[in-house]
Amino acid sequence: MGVELIRGDNFVTARLADVVNWARKSSLWPFPFGTACCGIEMMSTLASRYDMARFGAEAVRFSPRQADLLIVAGTICNKMAPVLKRIYDQMSQPKWVIAMGACASCGGIFDNYTVVQGIDQIIPVDMYVPGCPPSPQALMYSFTKIQGLVQSGQGLSLDPMPEAVPSVPV
Amino acid sequence: MNSAAISAKVAGAIPGACVEALEFQGQTTLQVRRESLKEVLAFLRDDPDILMNQLLDVTAVDYPARADRFDVVYILASIREDGLAPVRVRIKTRIPDGAALPSVTDLWRSADWGERECFDMFGIRFEGHPNLKRILNPDNFYGYPLRKTFPLRGERDPAFLEYKETEPA
Ligand code: SF4
Repeated sequence: MGVELIRGDNFVTARLADVVNWARKSSLWPFPFGTACCGIEMMSTLASRYDMARFGAEAVRFSPRQADLLIVAGTICNKMAPVLKRIYDQMSQPKWVIAMGACASCGGIFDNYTVVQGIDQIIPVDMYVPGCPPSPQALMYSFTKIQGLVQSGQGLSLDPMPEAVPSVPV
Repeated sequence: MNSAAISAKVAGAIPGACVEALEFQGQTTLQVRRESLKEVLAFLRDDPDILMNQLLDVTAVDYPARADRFDVVYILASIREDGLAPVRVRIKTRIPDGAALPSVTDLWRSADWGERECFDMFGIRFEGHPNLKRILNPDNFYGYPLRKTFPLRGERDPAFLEYKETEPA
């Protein structure tokens, strides 16, 4: 973080962005978008046994305006796609997205007419978690990777939207 | 009451309505003519011995090669107050593509969503339904996915370009 102590321990210098990012990564508020079985593993990760609170992410927000991490845990069908897109758009910048599980990442086992073949067709995704469902450890690992992105000031929502992502009318 | 008894009663009350009565693994199925479908269903509901006071589901089966393409299936149950075990019976009727059946929402309110699902998934129309529109697929969806002719991957399927449906009249 580039923290330096000068004159004994009376003064600390650091880059403001580093300090802000450090505070941000230690208090990520997730929005739980649990639509299927993966949602159960996400709940387990948030509950006392695995306890996401250790990483500062216990304040689960059910309003997208108060959340900065979208965890999409489950199958997203075409009918749900506009809702997901809208939730993402309603989250304020900066924001990060985890696609949890095979369904959210690529449609999973559902190669059919109802299921979106990966949420990255609708919204930018920062981190994909493999598994059907991923274990809580896998979700926590991806979470710490997201924290790494936050600390270094990276994230797809901070870049201009990639050309390839089509916008869905909401 | 077994299938023979039920079909005998139905035949007595509405002659010619019942085409076939089947008993398989303790399940009773009556096949009825399309024209008398609603009459039969109303009779089964109101007859004091049969008393099918609950409609569990309305669904359909697609046989694309058949002239009367669809089997529409009504699953009825009688929840009895006299302590007897509930009796179930399935009513099947055949209809061709594009034809309509009378809605039974006025007999059982639970027919509402079942008929909408049938309409959504098979394109079978129910006349007199209060709100016959898609229930599971998005409103702008094209086609009837539980028909065997529907391409599995929908719009992503190359076969979708050739897939054509005549909208139910
Ligand atoms: S990836 Fe597997 S566990 Fe997760 S929502 Fe899909 S089917 Fe369920």
